[in-house]
Amino acid sequence: MKTTLSTLAHSRAGDKGNTLILSLIPFDEDDFDYLEREISAEKVKTHLKSQVKGEVLRYVLPELKALQFVCFDALSSGVTTSLAMDAHGKSLSYALLEMEIENFNDGRK
Amino acid sequence: MKEKIRVGCGAGFSGDRIEPAMLLVEKGNLDYLVLECLAERTIALAQKRKKQDPKAGYDVLLERRIESLLPLLKRHHTRLITNMGAANPLAGAAKIKEIAQKQGLNVKIAVVLGDDIFGKITGNELSMEGKLPLESYGKLVSANAYLGAEAILPALQSGADIVLTGRVADPSLFLAPMVFEFGWNQSDFDLMGKGTVIGHLLECAGQITGGYFADPISKPIPDMHILGHPLAEINKDGSAVISKVAGTGGAITVQTAKEQLLYEVIDPGNYYTPDVVADFSSVRFRELAKNQIQVLGGTGKPLPETLKVSVGYEAGYIGEGEISFAGAHALERAKLAGEIVEKRIAHQFEEFRIDYIGLGSLHGNELSRNHQAYEIRLRVAGKASSPALAQLVGEEVEALYTNGPAGGGGARKYVHEVLGVVSILLDRKEISTSINILES
Repeated sequence: MKTTLSTLAHSRAGDKGNTLILSLIPFDEDDFDYLEREISAEKVKTHLKSQVKGEVLRYVLPELKALQFVCFDALSSGVTTSLAMDAHGKSLSYALLEMEIENFNDGRK
Repeated sequence: MKEKIRVGCGAGFSGDRIEPAMLLVEKGNLDYLVLECLAERTIALAQKRKKQDPKAGYDVLLERRIESLLPLLKRHHTRLITNMGAANPLAGAAKIKEIAQKQGLNVKIAVVLGDDIFGKITGNELSMEGKLPLESYGKLVSANAYLGAEAILPALQSGADIVLTGRVADPSLFLAPMVFEFGWNQSDFDLMGKGTVIGHLLECAGQITGGYFADPISKPIPDMHILGHPLAEINKDGSAVISKVAGTGGAITVQTAKEQLLYEVIDPGNYYTPDVVADFSSVRFRELAKNQIQVLGGTGKPLPETLKVSVGYEAGYIGEGEISFAGAHALERAKLAGEIVEKRIAHQFEEFRIDYIGLGSLHGNELSRNHQAYEIRLRVAGKASSPALAQLVGEEVEALYTNGPAGGGGARKYVHEVLGVVSILLDRKEISTSINILES
């Protein structure tokens, strides 16, 4: 069954200059393994291709049970000079959560 | 030396609410209140105000915040640490002294100086972002080094009631009282790392108490209209419990703490501050009771030899115009309106952009392609070197009223000056700090 990431995880966007930082945290810690297995940096780069022009790095935090995606060249010219409506890219946490996912239930026990 | 201190964060950005800080002082039994009020660009804006008026350039809300807080701070013996000094901490301290005298209170203010290194910049330094000489960006207006906890320690040792700084790394505002009260060795990098974790969790105020976390469907948070700001009870060993004043709105949970821990962190294993390179990999949270989250773990590595310097420059003007369309063919009419403005004036601008608010203005066309909106707001933005040209954007959007297309309503126009910020790294040996004491 197809669903979106928003049903099993939450996210907050942060910015440093022209770099967009997106956390991805499961509501239920049992779903962390599924996220770690399924949500790669490449998938995020493809999903956000209209915003993210540079590389995407993924950090895995097993202790915290969270993922962190660092997206370079992602905020046009950066927060201070961008013409975009949301120059910080704060709303992009919810863009990540729009990602469609499959086989979600297979990830559980 | 104390075994435990209580530190609250009453503001997480320059425009933050005032009453949560008052509640923290009244009911939080705090040793320290921190107000973090300086975003990346705030200090460049403040520098421009200082240029026009040598007595300006501190936080625009300083007067209101201090007037409300000072009597409470004195009554509850809570010391204040804040970066509201912005581009002009000395003038900010003079204003605080004036307020204290008016309120008949004796207050000792310690001003931390040394972050403003504009005089040391040649303009030839290469930016971290584009590896281009600073002066190639535009007219430079400010250069402020991120100072660390060390710069704040002499101010705390002076016994001041209020410590006023300019640019200081946000977590350092919180780490300083820990180092001071617990007598931490600053080369114990694990302790400095733990303290930095606590500072980072607190620094955005309402972001950890459920505020910016909230979503009424997936992450509902109670009583957000009276959102409480956070406080931490910190132990000498660097562990802490984050909570908030009873009776305030919001929630502190493992989930809110996780979101805040990762906020704006480029590399969770290497979080650079002037005090330490903190490692967040081992951090975990445990719920002790409702709205009480214990912070465990966190380590650190030796501090960097360079300090980051934020350099502000004049980057021209942005002009914007907006107009709304609704009902049949709303998107088609908005698109026609956008095309008309684009054909008429786009060629005059360095950068020009058209957005359809309600559809793809935030996340682009890809994610919104299967969505439809009943109403659409056209937004046109252009970047120009003069305010007059920037103004043309809004004027042209407004002119759609009579020149069409049909049914456009609610036109608005805006112009604002743009200050850009880039960074350089400077050897910390080149930066010297000092304190200045004022008493009422």
